[in-house]
Amino acid sequence: MEEQIKMIKQTSEKEIASAKELKALEDLRVKYLGKKGELTAVLRGMKDLTPEQRPVIGSLVNEVRDELEKQIREKEAKLKQELLNKKIESEKIDITLPSTKVRRGSLHPVTRIIEDMEDLFVSMGYDVVQGPELETDEFCFERLNLPKGHPARDMQDSFYITDEYLLRTQTSSVQARTMIANTEKTPIRMITCGKTYRREDDATHSHQFNQIEGLVVDKKERNVSLADLKGTLEVFVRKIIGANLDLRFRPSYFPFTEPSYEVDVTCFKCGGKGCNLCKQTGWIELLGAGMVHPNVLKMNGYNPDEFGGFAFGTGIDRLAMFRYGITDMRYLYTNDVRFLNQFDRKDEE
Amino acid sequence: MILSRKFVKDYVDLDNKLTIKEIAEAMTKAGNEYDSAEKLVNATNLIIGEIKECTMHPDSDHLHLCKVDIGKEILDIVCGAPNARKGLKVIVAQVGAALPGNVKIKKGMIRGQESNGMICALYEIGIDKKFLSEADKNGICELPQNAPVGEDPIKFLELDDEVIDFELTANRGDLLSILGMAYELGAIYGKNVKDVDITHKENGEDINKEFSVEVNTENCKMFLAKKAKNVRIKESPEFIKNRLIASGIRPINNVVDISNYVMLELGQPLHFYDADNLGEKIVVRMAEEDEKLTTLDNIERTLSKNDIVITDGKKSIGLAGVMGGLDTEVEETTKNVIIEAAIFDSVKVRVTSNKIVRSEASNRFEKGLDPARTYMAAERACALLEKYADAEIVSGTVVYDETKNEEKEIKITYKNINDVLGTTISKENIIDVFNRLGFKTQKIDKNDEEILVTVPTRRIDISIKEDLIEEVGRIYGVDNIQGRLPVVPMKMGNLDKTMRKIKNKMSNLGLNETLSYILINDKDVKRFTTDEFEPVKLLDPITEDRNTLRYSIIPSLYKIYEYNKARENKDICLFEIGKGFWKRGEEYGEEQKICVLMSGEYYLGIGNNKKVDFYIIKGIAEELLDYLGYEGRYSFVMPKKLPQEFHPGQTAEISVNNDIVGIIGKIHPSVETEDLYVMEINLDKLLAKRVSKMKFKEISKFPTVKKDIAVLIDKNTSSSEIEKIIKKKAGKYLLDINVFDVYEGENIEKTKRSVAYSLTFGAIDRTLNDDEINEIMKKIIEELEKNNAEIRK
Repeated sequence: MEEQIKMIKQTSEKEIASAKELKALEDLRVKYLGKKGELTAVLRGMKDLTPEQRPVIGSLVNEVRDELEKQIREKEAKLKQELLNKKIESEKIDITLPSTKVRRGSLHPVTRIIEDMEDLFVSMGYDVVQGPELETDEFCFERLNLPKGHPARDMQDSFYITDEYLLRTQTSSVQARTMIANTEKTPIRMITCGKTYRREDDATHSHQFNQIEGLVVDKKERNVSLADLKGTLEVFVRKIIGANLDLRFRPSYFPFTEPSYEVDVTCFKCGGKGCNLCKQTGWIELLGAGMVHPNVLKMNGYNPDEFGGFAFGTGIDRLAMFRYGITDMRYLYTNDVRFLNQFDRKDEE
Repeated sequence: MILSRKFVKDYVDLDNKLTIKEIAEAMTKAGNEYDSAEKLVNATNLIIGEIKECTMHPDSDHLHLCKVDIGKEILDIVCGAPNARKGLKVIVAQVGAALPGNVKIKKGMIRGQESNGMICALYEIGIDKKFLSEADKNGICELPQNAPVGEDPIKFLELDDEVIDFELTANRGDLLSILGMAYELGAIYGKNVKDVDITHKENGEDINKEFSVEVNTENCKMFLAKKAKNVRIKESPEFIKNRLIASGIRPINNVVDISNYVMLELGQPLHFYDADNLGEKIVVRMAEEDEKLTTLDNIERTLSKNDIVITDGKKSIGLAGVMGGLDTEVEETTKNVIIEAAIFDSVKVRVTSNKIVRSEASNRFEKGLDPARTYMAAERACALLEKYADAEIVSGTVVYDETKNEEKEIKITYKNINDVLGTTISKENIIDVFNRLGFKTQKIDKNDEEILVTVPTRRIDISIKEDLIEEVGRIYGVDNIQGRLPVVPMKMGNLDKTMRKIKNKMSNLGLNETLSYILINDKDVKRFTTDEFEPVKLLDPITEDRNTLRYSIIPSLYKIYEYNKARENKDICLFEIGKGFWKRGEEYGEEQKICVLMSGEYYLGIGNNKKVDFYIIKGIAEELLDYLGYEGRYSFVMPKKLPQEFHPGQTAEISVNNDIVGIIGKIHPSVETEDLYVMEINLDKLLAKRVSKMKFKEISKFPTVKKDIAVLIDKNTSSSEIEKIIKKKAGKYLLDINVFDVYEGENIEKTKRSVAYSLTFGAIDRTLNDDEINEIMKKIIEELEKNNAEIRK
């Protein structure tokens, strides 16, 4: 019997070693170790043995079974690995070939700047509001202290539709609308961004352009002052255009603010040393701003003895040009896809 | 406004060490921006010389060989000017001189003759030809015989001036004068302003006995007339000519020059009439409609009733504030002069001058004048005419004055000022600013909190407290005010992010956002739509191509497509959100729209290239509508009226809640030969339809069952109709329905199409059994067959 067991061990080991597939290996396991397997049959024949022989043979069978099971396991692992290797080998590709993709889109540079400005001012508690582009003379001019015949109207050549309707020349029209719409006459903090139109078209002026306008109206006791306007615009310029820029306030004249200022910013191109962009002055004229004129408050339902505030505005197209180094304003409106495709990623923080 | 440094020095003494640039910068900080600040004459190395010998060049018929004495040596110079001659005192540019226009003077040989310098004409050293006499335009400058050889000719000619070209704001009419500039500089540098000399003799005759003024319009608030007799017309003295030139005005003769000189000096435009051609009176009135007047420039003007005219009582002789008439012009032969100093309505002058010509005078009338200055100017003109034209001044003035020539008084507290500026400027500093500006201040309460400020009449721009605050900020210096952030109650800002989310969605779907002009050609405004509206047109467009506001954005994107196509840019897929405009009846309106245009290839990569077709742009539309929350509430329907620019077989209207919100389709091949697809949705209309709240739906723990069904339908039957039938009959257990195959062709009738759907059934609380599902399928099949759909087995 001992001989028989040794024979089984010898042949089965040889067969396991030469098995080529998982299926053949499984067949061998059934053949030797299965319920009707050869080794199991030996165990079954043990009842004919003497009580002395039984433990000896029994332990021999167990030993051989353990050994065969181990060999099958190892062989199985080896065959599986070979199979995997083969699969991997067959799936090898050239990873440098082009990818499959959907077209990439982009957001217009003007949109990008507008979104950044909106986020900045919302974080400071401003509301972002919208207003009509086809505007009335009343909201575009009259309610901003620019009655008909006012010489300052010449500063803005307008596209009129009728005597009363025109394309808005400035987003300031939204100031009047916001003040009028606020029937409770509570304090206001708002900005608005949008398209504006003037009757001029040359290398540096497009008849259509974009403006941002900001308005703060608050109780006089809170002293919303020129110093606050300065601080606000410093944050605005340094966040949106460049952290190291200085501002210069120059007294100026707008009918809707008093005092009024034009705000210059350190030339972004030369850093203030003087170059052709800043006409050797070191400064770029960027914003118009000032303290809301008492007539404007009065005309739009706020008592100027009780309320005061400031307003500011600037052209967005120029900001976009500065930020992205766009050399010609016309790129913004010709929409060449070779231009548009360049704005297809996230801005740096 | 151009400021001559020499001119303003008559009235305020600025430190000679200040450079012209420093003065310009200081004025800029005070709110008076400048364009340029430079020397009047930008030429170096000039010297006065005398031509000692002048012979013709042997090899030329016009060149002269000159020996020019410049004191330290005698130079050989070749000169081509016809007026070069022996004994002439001239301006010599020495070797090494730099002249305007980047001219450098070098030693040279001209046709074999040595030339060591250049004899200059005035225009060659930078005086614009428009200011020069005929002689000076055509030849070298002939200096007077007393010119000192070896000295600086610029100094000798009193052209050693510096000028600043200011761009003034519309409210500062007072700065359109040298005197006004002097007050401003005086305030900035803390200097006093000198008095204007108006002293002159009068002859004892009374002008009011021989001359009268009648004003028949409220648009003339003031009219002064004086008379100067026996004027001697000649050339003006150098300083008058030079200051006019520095200010951009061409010298003519002493009398005309004096009228301009006084305007520059005091800001009050004057007009001089030839008294002998004028008659005994002046009547100011509004012009008759179509009245004719020939102005100084010899052009016959047709006037309207909005123009103010000066008349002699019978016919018009001048266009008030804009231009004089030809008949009463001061000429070489003029002996007696009537001086007009008047104030005309600024709006009327502006309208007339915009129509006729804008001039130095009209500009000053438009910005507003100080009546005190009007009196001063009339007297100043007399003083100068007496001095420089030997005039005899008739006693008295004809006066018409309806102005309220009063100084304004404004009460203000120190707190008002510091609150608005956000500063803590001391009382002393505030008073100092007002004193520098020449404003009087007066304490009016015992606590010394409030003051009364008296504003001189020249400052017509100042009328309220805030104007005074601006003055304090200006002169104190805005740079001295520290910026800070407002301390106000915390409040959240409102921002509707819908538009930006739509933009992000569209850009993530592979579309480029564009920014186009809303003004288009009126020929295009009705294209791509059948909506009823009147186009919104501009009264005064710049070009025909941009004379109308767009209604649809499609024409704008189509233009962009054409632009890119012409540049051989491929795969153009664009979107834009913008306004469309309309007029209906008397009402004007604008609506926010989104437009998408697609062409070329959409999916890219090896073996995956796919050309844009209707279903791709429809997918974009569905992505957008699903994203906005309208899933299951929209459909694509056959257009009731098809715009002729769209393909009749590949166009649909987009309907949400059974309301048309947009159009989608292929551009008609007769319009565009390439395959081009567009979509436009009226966002205002769409977003007005409310969407449900995004809410979690319980996920079923029980398995679902899939059933496929293929139907053979008529090609004219739309798949959406079949889907509708299936959904209706399937009921609540139908979780999902998808088309997975569409087939036309072999084995199928020509008029038919096979569409295969995959249906998913399930319930939230149990597993559906076969009987239930078979029952549902049976109902679906029966209903489909009733509707002429054949079930394929």
